[in-house]
Amino acid sequence: MTWLVSAGRGLRRYAGVVPFGVYMVLGLLVPLIAVAIGAFQSPNGGGFTFANVKYATHGIYLHGFAQTIFLAVISSILPGILGLLIAYAIWSARRGSVLRQIAITASAVFANFGGVPLAFLFIATLGSSGLASKWLTDLGFNPYQHGFSLYSLSGVIVVYLYFQIPLMVLVILPALEGLRPAWREAASNMGARTWQYWRHVGGPVLFPSFLGCLLLLFGSALSAYATAEAMTSGTIPLTAIQIGSFLNGNVLAGQQNVGKALGLGLVIIIAVAMTLYTLLQRRAARWLQ
Amino acid sequence: MAAVAQGTQVATAAGDGPQRRRERTRDGFTPWRWLILILAAIYFLLPLYAALKFAGWGSFGSVVHQSGFGDSLWLSVRLAIITTLITLVLMLPTAVYVHLRLPRLRRLMEGITILPIVIPPVVLIVGLLQIMPGSLKGTPYTLGLIYVVLAMPFAYRSFDAGLRAFDLKTLTEASNSLGAGWPATLWRIVLPNLTTAMLSATVLTVALVLGEYTIASLDLFQTFPVWIVVFDQTSGPESVAASLLALFVTWIFLLAITMAGSRQARRSGRGEVNLFSVSRRDPGRSS
Repeated sequence: MTWLVSAGRGLRRYAGVVPFGVYMVLGLLVPLIAVAIGAFQSPNGGGFTFANVKYATHGIYLHGFAQTIFLAVISSILPGILGLLIAYAIWSARRGSVLRQIAITASAVFANFGGVPLAFLFIATLGSSGLASKWLTDLGFNPYQHGFSLYSLSGVIVVYLYFQIPLMVLVILPALEGLRPAWREAASNMGARTWQYWRHVGGPVLFPSFLGCLLLLFGSALSAYATAEAMTSGTIPLTAIQIGSFLNGNVLAGQQNVGKALGLGLVIIIAVAMTLYTLLQRRAARWLQ
Repeated sequence: MAAVAQGTQVATAAGDGPQRRRERTRDGFTPWRWLILILAAIYFLLPLYAALKFAGWGSFGSVVHQSGFGDSLWLSVRLAIITTLITLVLMLPTAVYVHLRLPRLRRLMEGITILPIVIPPVVLIVGLLQIMPGSLKGTPYTLGLIYVVLAMPFAYRSFDAGLRAFDLKTLTEASNSLGAGWPATLWRIVLPNLTTAMLSATVLTVALVLGEYTIASLDLFQTFPVWIVVFDQTSGPESVAASLLALFVTWIFLLAITMAGSRQARRSGRGEVNLFSVSRRDPGRSS
């Protein structure tokens, strides 16, 4: 019987995280399971079927996945690098300075900015008669004659930078704070130049968290829905928009559950990315201990 | 100099100010830093300026009188308050408990709290609409419950950083050995040390709720971001004005919270509010 008592005691140690755990299970895990089950259910009768998955991996939907992944990769790497540079510039500013506080709060606001308001901003700026387009045309460089269009994939990438860069700044700043000044001092005491410090100390320490942040951006770009919908009104097939149109009821008979299969597809892509992320985090943590 | 004297700058131990400056110049990074910040400012401010010019000042006045403006804004504010309260009540004890009793769970918690950022909200709402009981579907406050899931990563990370910034274990043990019970310890020892972390959690949660569109629109509730889109069908310049208004109001609000919090934190000798992390007072101590 003693093992029962000790097991009970062991379980009781976890009592403090139960409310959180229950909330996460109900709010996150159960909906995802519902999606996964729905992906294999036939809409009439609810029997088991592969038809949804088959639809979801062919034709326009397969194209959607390809476009989504391409867009997510570009709009995680590009803002990742730019965000790192900006975060470094903010980080080296004096603590508590107004510049720093404005930059950091602005990051929080812009990282959550999206959808139609963001689309408006860019239509007014880089739309075919937008302000910046006009300036560029006056300078003799009309972006619309050089293959750029706000309503194409290249335009969506430019717009995504607007919330992806701030998100990068937010998530990479703690990693930058983890760089101990003592390491820098030790390196320069031993005669290392700046680039040598970054090449041999700062870079290797930062790199795993940097990659982790990239994966976070990847997830964010993958799930961006409102912005792409507002920008392109469906002209670029993206999986999130396709799922949304299923929810809005634009469905052919017999395909009601294809949306869930698409959702499952996104979750699988994320799961692969997450696995990489945890592996990388483990390395980053070992360095920063 | 005041900030340096108070030791809020990580790199600055007493008297190495000049050395740091010398390092900077050797970096040659200072002009680079300004170039980066200026380019970033252009990218982020130009669209704001263009939209401002497009909307015109007049439409800011008229947007307030449009039907639905007040209602939707009020709904968003209520949701922000509810979400923040639930998030704080749920995540603060959890974070403290994990730090004190289950430090081995910290890595797992970090993994779990990443999920809501990377799982597409559109997938989440598909599943939620399927399993939600009908009684929950009818009320907009359900959105608040869903937003707690989305806000949780930001809240947890803020608390996690805040808890790393002081020696929680020693302080609670000291408090307990002086005869304080757990409620008193939490209220009088832990909470005061976490004010900046709570502030950043609040700031991030509020920003999230005031900007969320996907779930609200697919759940068919007219929060402020949804109203802007619906309203767009009727009037161009005014809806641009509404978007700008939403952005500026949130920003000013966050700036006010952050500045108030930092001032208070500085007065009590703690670090600045940094949203994702709270800077350490003592950088030498390992976490």
